[in-house]
Amino acid sequence: MTRTTLAAPKPGTQTRTVPTRGRRRARHGPVSTPWLFLAPALILFLLFKFIPMGQAFVMSFQDVQPFLGNQWVGTANYEVLVGSPDFRGAVWHTVVLAAGQTVGSLLIGFVLALLLEGQAKRLWFVRSAAFLPVVAPMAVIAEVWRIIYHPTADGLANQIIGWVTLDPSQWINSPDTSLWSVMIVGIWRDAPYNMIIIIAGLVSVERSLYESSALDGAGILQRIRYVTIPALRPVIVILLTLAAIRAMRVFTEVFLLTNGGPNGSSEVVMTLIYRLGFERNQLGVAAAGSVLLFLATVTLTLLIRFAWRKDR
Amino acid sequence: MSSSLDSALGLGSSNRRSVKTLNYALWAVIVVVFAGPLVAVVAGAFSGTRDPSHLNVVPDDPSLESFRAAFDRGVLGYLTNSLVVVGFGLLFQMIVSVFAAYALARKRFRGRAAAMLLILSTMMLPEEILAIPLSQVLADVPFTGINLINTLPGMIVPVVAWGFSILVMTEFMKEVPMELEEAARIDGAGELRTFFSVVLPTCLPALGVIGVFGFTMIWDQYLLPLLVASDSSTFTLPLALRTLRADPEVGLGVVLVAATLALLPAVIAFLCFQKSFMRGLSSGAIKG
Repeated sequence: MTRTTLAAPKPGTQTRTVPTRGRRRARHGPVSTPWLFLAPALILFLLFKFIPMGQAFVMSFQDVQPFLGNQWVGTANYEVLVGSPDFRGAVWHTVVLAAGQTVGSLLIGFVLALLLEGQAKRLWFVRSAAFLPVVAPMAVIAEVWRIIYHPTADGLANQIIGWVTLDPSQWINSPDTSLWSVMIVGIWRDAPYNMIIIIAGLVSVERSLYESSALDGAGILQRIRYVTIPALRPVIVILLTLAAIRAMRVFTEVFLLTNGGPNGSSEVVMTLIYRLGFERNQLGVAAAGSVLLFLATVTLTLLIRFAWRKDR
Repeated sequence: MSSSLDSALGLGSSNRRSVKTLNYALWAVIVVVFAGPLVAVVAGAFSGTRDPSHLNVVPDDPSLESFRAAFDRGVLGYLTNSLVVVGFGLLFQMIVSVFAAYALARKRFRGRAAAMLLILSTMMLPEEILAIPLSQVLADVPFTGINLINTLPGMIVPVVAWGFSILVMTEFMKEVPMELEEAARIDGAGELRTFFSVVLPTCLPALGVIGVFGFTMIWDQYLLPLLVASDSSTFTLPLALRTLRADPEVGLGVVLVAATLALLPAVIAFLCFQKSFMRGLSSGAIKG
């Protein structure tokens, strides 16, 4: 966005905008017209984004008691939350899940992209089929993976690990494997998305570089290492950023696959906030969690933006 | 290697039989791994047998029994709720996005940068972060006192304004040459006339993009309906899946029918608007 504005020749913009500005204002109604067009969006954002966020801040410093009146409790909610082992566990699980899912789906997405780049019609079919997990509703994905993870020896996942002579696993039903099982589903869902973005990025790789590196005797791995990956760097940075920010607030898949269980072994920040707010009625503590989640998101976004800008 | 390299792996350019066979085998594995489980959902819905551990990409003992059982369980009602939410939600979302984008892309006015910043900042405020206060706001909408809990509008109104959609539309609208608009004005067309007869028609591809993304976004909503719905009368299909599965009297077949009904519209929308979808993906990702 900024780049195009900067690139536009200054004299041209001047001659185009200056006269129209005065003319339009004179002829076409008051200055408020743009605000009329923006009003529906801004009013809805105010009601369902900004007011709730403000309310989250207020509630996080209150003991929220419906019908009894709220009481100010200072930072007590934050102390309760940060001091609880549940919260620390949830933060750890979120970080593990985010890291594993981000890296795993990026690697698999990259391999898929290398295998499926190209113009052929057949490839288009394979790519579309592989892309279905991205458009499928999460609730449907969770249901089908619950069947795949069926804990008996007949379950599909257990049959597959049986081929490499592993014993049947309990998957989402055991504290040892629940988080990893959720991670696999996340990787399965995100990898095709990364694939499409990486394929779009691969188009920009100079074909001649492949040729010349081959002539220099570079093998496939060297070609990927020295030609493909450097060209994809900006795309990879963006994908990592988006995935990390999205992963911090992961909710639906955990809620539907394990609901944080068994025994809190896959509890993430959002499922904990939901539980605190809607099951244990500790709305103030839950709001404190929401505020922390918000601050973490903002911090991460700004950090990455800053690092990225410095990088360029 | 005489043929030219057109990809990193050079698979497409190899003429050796072994490479080609390997290639087809890999493609088959990819299709089975990623599409297989979803095809199995649809096949399972048409299947007559009910083994809860079994998945197959073709129906076993094909029958429509599960559909009959699912309709007895009110699955059609959930489907109707989902369709109402996505229909009105998407319609209003597109209207609001186009209006907002028109102001942001085609007008110069004081406060434009601030408005843009406000809209950008909403992208850092997803339902997840707002879940706790949002449930209270929905029960008592500020300034109006309306209670949206357990109503379909409660699932519609909060998704109508969507930052992503507005920003994508704004980017597209910036591309429309000012001269077109100027010409219309000189011909005496008013604000709305110019908007509908000049700006909007040139943005049809963009409407496809925000349409298909908006559809997918609303159809996939889970947390918001979960906050709004308090009984099965307002359940959408995704919400209903969990209750159906937890009900011991409901067989797996019924769950798979509901899952199929939730899956197919998303897949159909994707296949019909694939070009728009891919276009939006790359433009969205590049802007971060």
